[in-house]
Amino acid sequence: MKYIDEFRDGAIARKIAARLRAEARPDRQYSFMEFCGGHTHAISRYGISGLLPDNVRMVHGPGCPVCVLPIGRTDLAIQLALERGAIVCTYGDTMRVPASGGLSLTRAKARGGDIRMVYSSADALEIARREPGREVVFFAIGFETTTPPTALTIRMAAQEGLANFSVLCCHVLTPAAITHILASPEVRRFAAVPIDGFVGPAHVSILIGSAPYEQFAQGYRKPVVIAGFEPLDVMQAVLMLVRQVNEDRHEVENEFTRAVNRHGNAHAQALVSEVFELRSSFEWRGLGEVPQSALRIRPAFARFDAERRFGLAYRAVADNKACECGAILRGVKKPTDCRIFGSVCTPENPVGSCMVSSEGACAAHYSYGRFKDIGITAEATA
Amino acid sequence: MRPKKDYVRPLDIRNGRVDMGHGAGGRSAAQLIEELFLAAFDNPMLRQGDDGAALPMPAGAKLVMATDAHVISPLFFPGGDIGSLSVHGTINDVAMCGAAPLYLAASFILEEGFPLADLQRIVQSMARASRAAGVPVVTGDTKVVEQGKGDGVFISTTALGVVAAGVNIAGANARPGDVLLLSGTLGEHGVAVLSQRESLDFETAIESDSAALHGLVAAMLAASSDGVRVLRDPTRGGLATTLNEIARQSGVGMLLDESAIPVLPQVEAACELLGLDPLYVANEGKLIAICSPDAADAVLAAMRAHPLGAKAARIGVVTQDAHRFVQMETNFGGRRVVDWLSGELLPRIC
Amino acid sequence: MCLAIPARLIELRPHAQALVDLGGIRKEVSIALVPEAVVGDYVIVHVGHAIGRIDPDEAQRTLAMFGELAQRDARHEEVRP
Repeated sequence: MKYIDEFRDGAIARKIAARLRAEARPDRQYSFMEFCGGHTHAISRYGISGLLPDNVRMVHGPGCPVCVLPIGRTDLAIQLALERGAIVCTYGDTMRVPASGGLSLTRAKARGGDIRMVYSSADALEIARREPGREVVFFAIGFETTTPPTALTIRMAAQEGLANFSVLCCHVLTPAAITHILASPEVRRFAAVPIDGFVGPAHVSILIGSAPYEQFAQGYRKPVVIAGFEPLDVMQAVLMLVRQVNEDRHEVENEFTRAVNRHGNAHAQALVSEVFELRSSFEWRGLGEVPQSALRIRPAFARFDAERRFGLAYRAVADNKACECGAILRGVKKPTDCRIFGSVCTPENPVGSCMVSSEGACAAHYSYGRFKDIGITAEATA
Repeated sequence: MRPKKDYVRPLDIRNGRVDMGHGAGGRSAAQLIEELFLAAFDNPMLRQGDDGAALPMPAGAKLVMATDAHVISPLFFPGGDIGSLSVHGTINDVAMCGAAPLYLAASFILEEGFPLADLQRIVQSMARASRAAGVPVVTGDTKVVEQGKGDGVFISTTALGVVAAGVNIAGANARPGDVLLLSGTLGEHGVAVLSQRESLDFETAIESDSAALHGLVAAMLAASSDGVRVLRDPTRGGLATTLNEIARQSGVGMLLDESAIPVLPQVEAACELLGLDPLYVANEGKLIAICSPDAADAVLAAMRAHPLGAKAARIGVVTQDAHRFVQMETNFGGRRVVDWLSGELLPRIC
Repeated sequence: MCLAIPARLIELRPHAQALVDLGGIRKEVSIALVPEAVVGDYVIVHVGHAIGRIDPDEAQRTLAMFGELAQRDARHEEVRP
């Protein structure tokens, strides 16, 4: 597969790993936060952590939109299905997110809720066309990558004058989340958790361009390297970050030049501005209220806004007390620091969002990295 | 004067549908059985028309019995259908015990309104699969449920087989140092079924690998009567789930070599597109064999000599590991754990 | 969720749709967000939509950089005192 296989070449990985070993200064630690669920997944699936020098650590940031979805939002989706009789369409990843009352979308479906997994927002629109007598709601989550497709769908619904389609909008914004992490007390206390730089998200950057990261690089004096989706991209980006740190630079560099430029996809951005506007504040699971971090549907498209259409009232719901997702999402704790990781909270029985999505730090560690915690090297005996 | 023969209008296969009468046990049901099921499965035991089949058993034989229900959706997919799948699947369960399958029983739960043409297509497919495998359907049952209470047709099959004395094949038998052999390429059944699901809508030439594996197993056991310790077919949950099951049963770990695991390029591409890992995708015509180190070469050669094992490969080893992890050396150069499947990857896949 | 893959555009279709090919698998996706895409382009597909195009020259340059940087800096280090 072109543009995929070449970027997974193990021989080149070894070369980059050797470079990293040569250049990472032995007298210091390097902590880099990757902020893209796809990167978290790539690091785990390809065992990249094992190829990095011991003093280079990857911290998993809140790059997984499913993980940062607060309980209260999933509750609204469940409400729409169970109490308002709507057909609720959602991406597969949201189905198992634990919400209030021991429910999830999967469990609500088992209780009779008409909840359907779709691959794209266009599928939800198609369901609305085919079932004019039913209300159809699309549960829209995701960062800037996923927002333009939702915008397109809302505009199409408006053009067609559909009377039974709406969107429960939970789209969130990357730069706001990064700011929130950098400005959080633990991180500012340099001695506590130094994050030396960021691996910028791959596909979000295709849409927003590299320009929005310049404020972090300059304002907070942290290097940012935008990395492609494949494991070689990630390793190369880590190398570029190590170099920036060594040379005391704090710039925005772009490793993903084959798909990202400074300004992003202008066409998609215009479409998003046409349909959405900024919310003043939005609750992120684990991070609390984050200002200017999420979108809502503009008044011009009000009839496609499920919150307005159904008169929904958002109610914040606290996480389980033992759940450390918040600290883990901020990069302050590791999955293994959580008391209930691997015991009460497992992929089969997730307590918090970090365990639900395969891009979540806890799920990724549980599935791919857990063996390293135990310190046993399994060897074949003769 | 001879009594006039009753005229019985034959079933209208082309336009007819299953109705509640077909499940009532009366004339209508008898006609369905005679004209549709018997016509396809025809064999002396079934012809007797008794409630059960009396079967001759070889003396001193140990019996193996296996059962499977099939609720696959859609009913027809590239490379097979619910009928052929139900024959292959249960035969394979018996074969994975190292047994030779002898007889099949099949029961059908039909939804009122199900087209007889589709039913005939399914039953004929089952009959072909059964004949090709040399395992007759000797007894069966049919029930009908009201429209909306069943999804077209559900099929449950049970297979009976015999295992030779001295054959000891079980999930708990794997030992550190044993060799893992895989009979062929992964993921085709899952991808073929998914390609038919409306919401995913992609075009591919991939066909399900659904096949009866008892012939392959017989060839393997002929190559080494006591070197094969574990046999299992990686169906729901794929190779990863199967290996984790065995690791748990045997109290061992495993170490796989990703570069040795065969996957067709189109299956890789489809998995890439859908965000799936081929290790977790269902197969219906493949098996995993865990062999003692000295028997591995002979067994692998026997697999490769058989049409269903042409792409067989050595994919890893069993290790000493109290934590029973299945680990893998990735193509990329790192090592990772291949964990159990969480949740439902692909609903109604078999 | 963040899943996006590069696929080759093989056929333009009405209403801003296109048929793309990835390793022999074909799927129809929307190119409404990348209206300038033409047959032969590689587009990045996310949730049924193309969100951007791959620049083949930059892709080549990136691949070259992976291997090259290793050698270039080895030489650079020899020069430093």
